[in-house]
Amino acid sequence: MDKSLEIIRRMKNRTLKNHLITYLIVIVFYVVIQVLINTGNLSSLLTGLLVPICVYVIAAISLNLVVGISGELSLGHAGFMCIGAYTSAFFSNAVGDGLPEIPRFILAILIGAVCAGLFGVLIGIPVLRLKGDYLAIVTLAFGEIIKNLVNVVYMGIDSNGLHISTTTAMDLHMEPGGKQIIKGALGISGTPRNSSFTAGIILILITLFIVQNLISSRSGRAIMACRDNRIAAESIGIPVTRFKLLAFAVSAAMAGVAGVLYSHNLATLNTKKFDYNTSILVLVFVVLGGIGNIRGSMIAAVILTALPEMLRFLSNYRMLIYAIVLIVMMLFNWAPAARTWRERMREKLPFKKKAAAGKEEA
Amino acid sequence: MKKMTKALSVAAAMAMAASLMAPVSVFADDVFVIGAIGPITGAAGAYGTSVMNGAAIAVDEINEAGGINGYQVELLTADDTHDAELATHAYDDLKDQGMQLLLGTVTSAPCIAVEGLAVEDNMFLLTPSGTAVDCIFGENAFRVCFSDPAQGTASAQYIGEHGLASKIAIIYDSSDPYSAGITEYFMAEAENQGLEIVSAEAFSDNRTDFSAQLNAAKDAGAELVFLPIYYQEAALILQQASDMGFAPSFFGCDGMDGILGIENFDTSLAEGLMMLTPFTPNAEDEMTQNFVKTYEERFDGLVPIQFGADAYDGIYAMKAALEDAGATPDMSASEICDLMKVSMGNITITGLTGEISWDVATGEPNKEPKAVVIENGEYQPM
Repeated sequence: MDKSLEIIRRMKNRTLKNHLITYLIVIVFYVVIQVLINTGNLSSLLTGLLVPICVYVIAAISLNLVVGISGELSLGHAGFMCIGAYTSAFFSNAVGDGLPEIPRFILAILIGAVCAGLFGVLIGIPVLRLKGDYLAIVTLAFGEIIKNLVNVVYMGIDSNGLHISTTTAMDLHMEPGGKQIIKGALGISGTPRNSSFTAGIILILITLFIVQNLISSRSGRAIMACRDNRIAAESIGIPVTRFKLLAFAVSAAMAGVAGVLYSHNLATLNTKKFDYNTSILVLVFVVLGGIGNIRGSMIAAVILTALPEMLRFLSNYRMLIYAIVLIVMMLFNWAPAARTWRERMREKLPFKKKAAAGKEEA
Repeated sequence: MKKMTKALSVAAAMAMAASLMAPVSVFADDVFVIGAIGPITGAAGAYGTSVMNGAAIAVDEINEAGGINGYQVELLTADDTHDAELATHAYDDLKDQGMQLLLGTVTSAPCIAVEGLAVEDNMFLLTPSGTAVDCIFGENAFRVCFSDPAQGTASAQYIGEHGLASKIAIIYDSSDPYSAGITEYFMAEAENQGLEIVSAEAFSDNRTDFSAQLNAAKDAGAELVFLPIYYQEAALILQQASDMGFAPSFFGCDGMDGILGIENFDTSLAEGLMMLTPFTPNAEDEMTQNFVKTYEERFDGLVPIQFGADAYDGIYAMKAALEDAGATPDMSASEICDLMKVSMGNITITGLTGEISWDVATGEPNKEPKAVVIENGEYQPM
């Protein structure tokens, strides 16, 4: 009895250590970048890349919760980002200078997260009854539906309150002096640029905190049990749909946060960005970084966001090189031959050998 | 998992190391550095390429003739693939390289995003072809082309005043700000002109089958189909209309420009197509003829489209304003911008797209709208 308690204690310590390492990586990254910025060593290009990197890191972490931990293939993640982006940008524009900047941005983040989370629940209820390919197709369709719906919405605000139309801006019948905020396909422009690298890093840490704690909690183990063997999980009384829905909704809310960060970084927002290409891009981060591996997907998101911009000096060849790098990275990480080769190389390194031997002894 | 994480960490560290490269301006203080941003690759690639080419010709001409205020000009280009986020990165990259004035961006949504940054930096921005109203929301920004409202209104006026048709169908891309913007103002002005809109059918991006929209237009008895869309989709629409034996007149805006350059497109389908464009390579004047000649010689026989002409005029407008202000290259981008805000109002240039002057308060150009018709595979002035 004592022995098994000991094992559990040790396991807990190991997870805790693992979590702390992840936080530490993020914080070290932040400190290094801040030092570079303050000493004037970071180019504008990279400074401009910092917020998008945070956006994609958050999106990758959140998608990993669904794909890696809950084991469902979702291809509609950009849809949730879209909801978060639009609701928060609408809020920020509607409030305008009515609130000081920081509380307004915090409220915008909460609104984006809650709205995306609500949609996550709504979509999740019917969708999570499906499995495998069907789920992928429905989420893909959902992402496109969201995008196209948002695309026809005209929304404005004046002294009479909110005006909504789905035809043209004229149909809003706004009073003079009213503010038209969502302009159909033109989207929202003039959103205050509140997103900063610091805000992004804080949001990454919060996302990590939620996701990592969820994974190592009782609910997280239940979610993974549903993933590994649905029938076995059901037979011991785990409400499968409820736990899957939990993972899906939390993931959607986090994607919403990524959307908020995105929309408050650019002066323009339209739905073109949130098509399936973005969903697939985030999925690429997750797959390349390792399905279920939170830290890996973060690193993949950073590299794959920064890489095409770093290759700008190659001008027209850069997308070609980027594609080749992507293929090479995928092969290097996942091809069986490459893995055995890496294994062999690892054994040749002396210090690694000792560590491996030590592990075996234990 | 662990091994892979390590490998990735190493790669990340390498990327970080690469990022340490501090921004170094490679240009001396005696050169004006003009940046140009636009889609060189991707679906809107024809526009960006054309802008870069037009700008390059103008810059070379200016340098040969002694430069601006006696200083040479250097042109830097960057690709944004018609994506707002990438455009901001392209802007940052050019800034690192020492850009002092910006020609661009070429397309609307990226331009709004870049303008958001340019306003903060107080960087002078002159977009050759960003038509959305918000592209030039700051005092630092101007444009060479007409805005969406101006194009929509001008198209309706042109059709009405020239009596081209009375029953009009519209096929537009509701997911595209440019297309939706023009449509909105076209419909408003059509009413004033006494034109009847018999059908207005929307489609969403990446569409390849337009039979539903064409059938709606045909059934409603449209005499003229207004296509405020980009040339790729327009080419498909022309093809499909011809396949179903529907032959109304077609009328497009500046996004239609480039349709004759599409590979494997049967240009006979575009016969009689009218479009609102400020530039025709077949115009008789000497300036156009020289430009077209140089362009064809330099870019493998490619015929310039209006984007190239807009960019050419844009560079000359910058030259005129810089000379008016007496600016020198050792000034910072922000100092130059402050001077340009005033000088743009003082100048009038006669360019390829007509005689242009600027309204300093709005940044909009004042010039005459022109339309062309395609005859025998060539643009002819109407």
